[in-house]
Amino acid sequence: MDWSPLWISLATSLTATAITLIVGLATAAWRERRSGPMMALVDGVFLLPLVLPPTVVGFLLLLLLGRNGPLGKLLLRVGATVVFSWPATVIAAAVVAFPLMYLTARAALEQVDPHYLEAARTLGASEWRVFSEVALPLAWPGVLAGTILSFARALGEFGATLLLAGDIPGKTETIPIAIYFAVEANEIQRAITWCAVDIGLSLVLLAGLYHWTHAQGLGRAQWSRR
Amino acid sequence: MSLEIQIEKKLPDFSLEVSFKAVDEPLSVLGPSGAGKTMLLRCIAGLENPDRGRIALADRVLYDSERRFSIPARQRRVGMLFQNYALFPHRTVAENVAFGLARMPSAETKARVATLLERTHLKGLAGRHPRELSGGEQQRAALARALAIDPDALLLDEPLSALDTHLRSQMETELLVTFAAYRRPALLVTHNIEEAYRLSSRMLVLSCGRIAAIGAKEEILRHPPTVEVARLTGCKNFSRAKAISETSIEALDWGCRLRVARPITTPPAFVGIRAHTIDFVEPSAGPAAGENIFPCWLARSSETPFRITLYLRLRQTTGEGCEFHLQAEMFKEKWTRFRELPEPLQVRLSPEALILVPE
Repeated sequence: MDWSPLWISLATSLTATAITLIVGLATAAWRERRSGPMMALVDGVFLLPLVLPPTVVGFLLLLLLGRNGPLGKLLLRVGATVVFSWPATVIAAAVVAFPLMYLTARAALEQVDPHYLEAARTLGASEWRVFSEVALPLAWPGVLAGTILSFARALGEFGATLLLAGDIPGKTETIPIAIYFAVEANEIQRAITWCAVDIGLSLVLLAGLYHWTHAQGLGRAQWSRR
Repeated sequence: MSLEIQIEKKLPDFSLEVSFKAVDEPLSVLGPSGAGKTMLLRCIAGLENPDRGRIALADRVLYDSERRFSIPARQRRVGMLFQNYALFPHRTVAENVAFGLARMPSAETKARVATLLERTHLKGLAGRHPRELSGGEQQRAALARALAIDPDALLLDEPLSALDTHLRSQMETELLVTFAAYRRPALLVTHNIEEAYRLSSRMLVLSCGRIAAIGAKEEILRHPPTVEVARLTGCKNFSRAKAISETSIEALDWGCRLRVARPITTPPAFVGIRAHTIDFVEPSAGPAAGENIFPCWLARSSETPFRITLYLRLRQTTGEGCEFHLQAEMFKEKWTRFRELPEPLQVRLSPEALILVPE
């Protein structure tokens, strides 16, 4: 049996989660300092991938990154095509997972008592230190929860990935896509195997991460107790 | 060093408009909740910007609206002690204290932290997290952290309000020691007159964003410029008043004429008397007991473990919805001498104890 969908799924989800974590955190930190009516629109844009059907997201990405798309043309100039390649699976998964990371990270950062940040400022800390040494460690349990959600979402991504990355075995075929085409080709045994692998993988990873964050989360929660 | 402040800032219910100068000694900022005390500290620390004005510390301008100039909090070198201390919960005591010393070489940081912890009696607790400290220890740690950056001014926001009563007097003593060694401008925000009185020799009374009084504490207590200042500094009895001669006034709400200790210079609008200065005449004193003596009736009383507060009427009935005229306070031992006497008791409002308030 060809195990490549498993490795592709893992590599795609991990890479997409790492990107989402950094971009989501940065966006949440940037957004937290701003207010105004325009920001509601910005929030709307950030959350769109969560409410739109993944096929819509995938199609829009295809229009954007395809050979005739604005970004695709730019990429062609440097000799790169993204569509129907492994990076496309990462982009699709990252875009779809981004709102979950953004939402949870923002909620976690907003929960940090502003007095801690102010105390850090009066002690001479730069804004980067205030964020990295005070806000982020205090928001960490929430950020970690967002990371788990993003990873789970990336692992289950199907629609956007299929549209943007297609089904190229050994290259862009992730587990969900392998299952879809196995069912379509009436290879029920193969579909069932991949389903079992997917369920097992998700369970192990989520249970492990949950156990780990729960232990951490309890430790952090004690801080706020007086 | 001196801290010069002249700022205006619009707040939801009123605007903060203050102008004063603090020198190298603690200054208490006294006022009721919501008078703008905390906002004043936040403006000095650079956590908020005023709408207009100027703030200068020693030879550095921290804020100047005319030059559109405001240095960020991190460069102000103003130490701030927050009401709930705001110790970083994920850092140990030593790490908290060292936070402001990030730019020093590590050996120097270690030495400085050790000195500060020693001075604040936290040496054995360096490795603990804030949640493992008592309220008093948390305050010491927060103070050590604020002093670590060698601030040019120190701002304390209700430093004792989060502490249990039994800890307060101990921490008060420690704060006095800190102030004695600090010798730079220190603003201490409080709503407790006793705290303010014990911790500083100068006082600023803030009311609805304005300075109601500023100066030596004894002077403010003896000659409060307004009824509000008198009330904020603990005076509980007031009556509208008008002068009727050079040495006597009529207390309109109390319905009596009172002799005053010194010739009247500015005509008083109110007369006040502090609850603990009200006295009863011993039955044995006879007619030579003194001046300003009136019959009174007890409306009700309330007790604390050692003291009693007596609510007194100067007539048998009061009318117009007022239950009592005067509120007197004394030790219970003293009250036992008068408790059994038949009413009316004879109350004495000693001329020296009367406070004449111009407005």
